[in-house]
Amino acid sequence: MASLSGTASVTKTANRRVRATSWVTQESVLAISIIVLGLVVSLINPNFVSATNISNILNNSSYIAIAAIGMSMVIISGNIDISVGALIGLLATIGGRLAVGAADGGYWIGWAYIIPLCVGVLIEGVIGFIVAYLRVPAIVVSLGMTSILRGGLILWTGGEWIYDLPRDFMLAQQQVLGVPVPVIFMVILTIIAGLWLRYSPAGRSIYAVGGNKEAARLSGISEKRVLMQVFMLNGLMVGFAAMMFATQFSAIQSTVPSGLELLIITAAVVGGVSILGGTGTVIGSTFGALLIHVIPNAMIFANISQYWQQAVQGVLILFTVLVDLYRRRRQSYGRK
Amino acid sequence: MSDTPILELTGITKQFPGVKALSDVHFDVRPGEVHALLGENGAGKSTLIKVLSGVHKPDTGTILLDGKAVSFNNPREAQDAGIATIYQELSLYPELTVAENIFMGHAPRNRFGAVDWNAMMTRAEETLASLNIYDMDVRRKVGSLNVGNRQRVEIAKALSINARVLIMDEPTAALTESDVSRLFDIVRLLCERNVAIIYISHRLQEVFELADRVTVLRDGHFIDTQQVKDTTESALISRMVGRTIDNLFPKLESKVGEPVLQVRDLMREPFTRGVSFDLHAGEIVGLAGLVGSGRSELAQCLFGMLPAQSGEIRVFGKKVSIRNPAHAIKLGIAYVPEDRGTQGLVRAMSIRENTSMAILKLMSTGGFIKFGAEKKLAQKSIDMLNIRAYSPDQIVGKLSGGNQQKVVVSKWLASQPKILIVDEPTRGVDVGAKAEIHRLMSELAAKQGIAILMISSELPEILGMSDRVMVMREGRIIAEYPRAEVTQERIAGAMMAAKVDVN
Repeated sequence: MASLSGTASVTKTANRRVRATSWVTQESVLAISIIVLGLVVSLINPNFVSATNISNILNNSSYIAIAAIGMSMVIISGNIDISVGALIGLLATIGGRLAVGAADGGYWIGWAYIIPLCVGVLIEGVIGFIVAYLRVPAIVVSLGMTSILRGGLILWTGGEWIYDLPRDFMLAQQQVLGVPVPVIFMVILTIIAGLWLRYSPAGRSIYAVGGNKEAARLSGISEKRVLMQVFMLNGLMVGFAAMMFATQFSAIQSTVPSGLELLIITAAVVGGVSILGGTGTVIGSTFGALLIHVIPNAMIFANISQYWQQAVQGVLILFTVLVDLYRRRRQSYGRK
Repeated sequence: MSDTPILELTGITKQFPGVKALSDVHFDVRPGEVHALLGENGAGKSTLIKVLSGVHKPDTGTILLDGKAVSFNNPREAQDAGIATIYQELSLYPELTVAENIFMGHAPRNRFGAVDWNAMMTRAEETLASLNIYDMDVRRKVGSLNVGNRQRVEIAKALSINARVLIMDEPTAALTESDVSRLFDIVRLLCERNVAIIYISHRLQEVFELADRVTVLRDGHFIDTQQVKDTTESALISRMVGRTIDNLFPKLESKVGEPVLQVRDLMREPFTRGVSFDLHAGEIVGLAGLVGSGRSELAQCLFGMLPAQSGEIRVFGKKVSIRNPAHAIKLGIAYVPEDRGTQGLVRAMSIRENTSMAILKLMSTGGFIKFGAEKKLAQKSIDMLNIRAYSPDQIVGKLSGGNQQKVVVSKWLASQPKILIVDEPTRGVDVGAKAEIHRLMSELAAKQGIAILMISSELPEILGMSDRVMVMREGRIIAEYPRAEVTQERIAGAMMAAKVDVN
């Protein structure tokens, strides 16, 4: 676990190789990449580092980053969830409808935020249950759930967009002390989830289950409980992400932008969450979400054709996965 | 046996980042001889094999094959030169048949260039027959074979490429007694045919039974090569460890106390069929038996991994039904599993994180893990068990096998068990670490009054460490001997009795 050794105190006998690599964590590499990229592009076009643009980048990446927190937990536990894109669409629509209803029918607007969060936890709880107790691979369960959610959403909305959103359903457009609300959510949720993963027994158990579930079970850790917890927390994060997504514009599309789940998974993987489970941090996944937004933005400012964007993203994914595999191989060096 | 070596290595040095794995190593092997390679885990045996088989290129030094200098860029080139390796983890394709595995990569072709299946079957059968193996169906999938048979396929595969040098890395580690004796027959057969064999094992008896010469490595250095008949077991051990180990089985006198675990008519089909025994505080009970006799399954039943179907378990006199490992841990039971790789450790985690895994709740207050206490615990384990690591934060995947095993042991000691079940505690562990683990078990029983149930396939270990020996066969305990009366012959006799010998 790169992040943990990164902050580990260096003991007297630590050998040089370890000391040299201990600060080279995925998080620090990402942070440096973002800064270097920013500096280079700002030389080409100084507007890149303007307050508006930086605020834009942060704002646009925040809901991906929040969803990537949940996704990171799922991947660390050795699973995957590809239904999050569809789920964000559903929860956003539920929130929007409730907000419109609140404006018309006079119940509290807060329900438009709370109910989608609960539905998110519930639906992910169902996925978690099927994965943990019925032992169906997560990729199959979430693939099925994607179809159900996408189909259900179209049936329900009939493809109509929601336009007449009330003013008090615009959380993502608010600012506190000049900082956009989504950014505040991103930072706070990253910190809380990061601390929880690192310092709580429950968080440690996720790493243990993802690293070796048999060893975790023999150590008295209940894999089933850990997985239920992971998926329900993922549902909560997807709920927050959906709220940021729903309230950023004055209308909500009935169809979810396709490929949203891939963007979220990419953020986690680029952030150093091993696709094989067991390692990674949410600080990393948040930086990952930032990087995958900084790159296309920087390309616009550097006047590079947008057609390169997807290719660059693809290269980024392949590169990080290769680095991860290389690191794993190094990790197992020395074992007999 | 001829005196000119077929393969000769001189002055081999291999450096990895931060580690000098081999420095100035000499090694040679002659046609028709078995040359044993000995050393503790981390001594450089595996690296030397990898140099021989083309996986690693040496930094300096020469490899002579038939007197001519060679250099292998990859394992394929070494294979083509007639050097085959049988690794600990067998490298067969479970979904393919025996014949397909034997001819993987060099299947016989017909005149259209397609695989000639009939020729492949016939030649596979011939190859097996040349090893005196007549009882294997070459159409069977390898995945359905037992370990012994898979190994025979692996050897046949090596012969099919006309291997003249065969490297065997701990070939007996996972074999049953009868498979071991069959393997030895095959090895002798190969020697008669002038195949040179490099044999690696932690079991010294095997070296004396099979090998002609023996080379010892320590910390990447070449110590010496000797004729096996000119050396002794203790001389080899002291050369491997670099010091004399006065006692591999430091058994302390211990006061046997009250029964802490009482088992009656325990059933869990198909492996546990009515087991009854008592385990007392402060005693070490050895549990012997052939592979498949149900020893590990009994342990897993007691630890809640395979909960019992019927029967009675009493812990400290109280009747319990153990549902899962978490429950067993609460009752004061710990289980050091047989397979540390898949069951004992999370490789990607540090020593600190692995050591505290079974007691995470105890290690935390207010929902947060106490990192300081955790680190102290790990450091204590490192000191107490002599784990070779530079810090509690070292990733366990980077430790050698013996040290990994010590981490598993320390994880379970951290849970402060009253009943400790250890399954093959020293399998694949080098002599030095072995003595340390034995010393530790002995102290735990004698000084802390912990009751230990020790499953082992190594009879010397059973004899050396146990206050009492139980023998299991076909899911039942069929014999029991106090320390004073137990002999190797008695255990072996009880283990095998009523078994028809396949040979």
